[in-house]
Amino acid sequence: MAQAPAAPPAKGRKKTEELPEHLKAYKNVWVFVELEHGRVHPVSWELLTEGRKLADALGVDLCGVVLGPKAEGTEKAVAEAFHYSANRVYVIEDPLLAEYRNEPYTKAMTDLVNKHKPEILMLGATTLGRDLAGAVATTLQTGLTADCTELAIDDDKSLAATRPTFGGSLLCTIMTRAARPQMTTVRPRVMAMGDPDRGRTGEVVREPLDMAEESIVTKVLDFIPDSDTNQAQLAYADIVVAGGMGLQRPENIRLVVDLAQVLGAEYGCSRPLVQKGWMTADRQIGQTGKTIRPRLYIACGISGAIQHRVGSEGADQILAINMDPNAPIFDFAHHGIVGDVLELLPALTEAFRKRLAVDRMAG
Amino acid sequence: MSQGPNMVVCIKQVPDSAQISVHPVTNTIMRQGVPTIINPYDLFALEAALKLRDQLGGKVTVLTMGPPMAASALRKALGHGADDAILLSDRFFAGADTLATSYALTAAINKIGAERPVDIVFTGKQTIDGDTAQVGPGIARRMGLNQLTYVSAIPSIDLEAGEISVHRRAEGGVQVLKTKLPCLITMLEATNELRRGSLPDVLRAERAEIKVWNAEAAGVEDLGKCGMKGSPTKVSKVFAPKPRAEKAKMITAEDGAPASVAAAAVETLLDADPRLLSVLTKQTTVA
Repeated sequence: MAQAPAAPPAKGRKKTEELPEHLKAYKNVWVFVELEHGRVHPVSWELLTEGRKLADALGVDLCGVVLGPKAEGTEKAVAEAFHYSANRVYVIEDPLLAEYRNEPYTKAMTDLVNKHKPEILMLGATTLGRDLAGAVATTLQTGLTADCTELAIDDDKSLAATRPTFGGSLLCTIMTRAARPQMTTVRPRVMAMGDPDRGRTGEVVREPLDMAEESIVTKVLDFIPDSDTNQAQLAYADIVVAGGMGLQRPENIRLVVDLAQVLGAEYGCSRPLVQKGWMTADRQIGQTGKTIRPRLYIACGISGAIQHRVGSEGADQILAINMDPNAPIFDFAHHGIVGDVLELLPALTEAFRKRLAVDRMAG
Repeated sequence: MSQGPNMVVCIKQVPDSAQISVHPVTNTIMRQGVPTIINPYDLFALEAALKLRDQLGGKVTVLTMGPPMAASALRKALGHGADDAILLSDRFFAGADTLATSYALTAAINKIGAERPVDIVFTGKQTIDGDTAQVGPGIARRMGLNQLTYVSAIPSIDLEAGEISVHRRAEGGVQVLKTKLPCLITMLEATNELRRGSLPDVLRAERAEIKVWNAEAAGVEDLGKCGMKGSPTKVSKVFAPKPRAEKAKMITAEDGAPASVAAAAVETLLDADPRLLSVLTKQTTVA
């Protein structure tokens, strides 16, 4: 890494926090448009919407980065990036980018950054985004702040990235003042997605990958889509229903599954149910299980210990049902029902079934 | 010594968040007396390494960076069956962000590998206190290891050919990847269950000597890349989140019947989120 030239330190700020001269050329806000199997992960559009605010605050351009094979899906991703307000899109189209692999993607991204010099680079905190971001940040020797929940431009024009820490009990604001680009990841559903403007277009900049398949050690032997397996899809489910010890007996899990079916939801559970062997570990919601961020979460007979809270409180709306009016789950749920889940779950299933049937007939 | 793989498992001692409470009035964390645990995600990495040793022999070294008290986390890992433990501890490492942490750990792993090359480095998918998931990829990049993140299974490993294949959790599916050793694996949660230590292991762990390496012993070349000094990110502010304005609004019905409460709940949810109904009808018609 190049050393910072000896500049007089700013008042009250250590030398290590000064931006070296050669990094001052880094401009513009970049968003990695995550394209896999011809489809863009919606977090990319959420990030472009957020990136627009940052670019406007800085008075710079908002740019998308699209990496993928030469295919219709790739071109569509480029066009859509403009709809979500990008001014410019950097594209690398190469057959080696057909399936995500760390090596070619890291090279593609670091090459683009080194050539076109963005000041901010945002990626979705998905399995792909995190795999890529960690490698890119280390290669570029720059700062990366993960899972940000709030982004703002500081008075010295640095990015102030705020993220939860300590399992969500505290927030901290992190700055990367002396390195570029300032990298961040943001989880899906944290930032709002703006409405696309289908008439918008912009500048496309194409670059080559300059890599041969023989030089890539890792090979993708197969891809098993989740629809082919019974794996729970909790993390990205729009609606989640989960049960806890209030279910009392393993056979009552059926009540949770019934409600989930009527809602087209995924179902899960709290940690004790996995420990008792009532549900498989892939359905555990909480710190040592899955973090969920659904539009609606219905927690049935779950007390809401911190371990469960940090994995579920990102839900837009939480309805909790619990016998104990003092259960901690009511501290972070939006709506609560004090009562017996064994009675209320079937009633709720029936009430939703009726309500949705009416609406479907009307609509 | 066995010809099995030489494995290093990176672990971290973290505060047990299940025991953390937030002061009800000041809304600050009450840290006092919070016990520490091995980062729960790291246990899946440790078990994955122990499983490979069951199959193939070899050696499992646990490595952590932290204050002297982190030795207890290593001792616990030895009790579960790890062969060797190294604590990387030096005031120069204090205040490290993920970039500086991966630098120091890389030096230590290289040192471990000086005796016999390391075949696989394991980490958890992330920690529960930092949650960044960056240190694993950072080590891989620095050491030039093939990076395999979010691994759910290791169906085959061929030491002779120096090849390994894994299942990697990707968006919307599982990638089956094949790569060359040496590699770095970050294990996905809930993919195995850590074994109880055998009595001899537990007894051995109690008496075992934990090697403590400072920066010099670990062969760190550039102290400027360690700790706070080597960290491009700086925490500028730490603050408590705004407490949720109010507790859950309780839904009731006059007659108290479950059916009436349920009907009221459905309307409450649909009112609070106007787009929910279209999401629900779309999903359920498809199903």
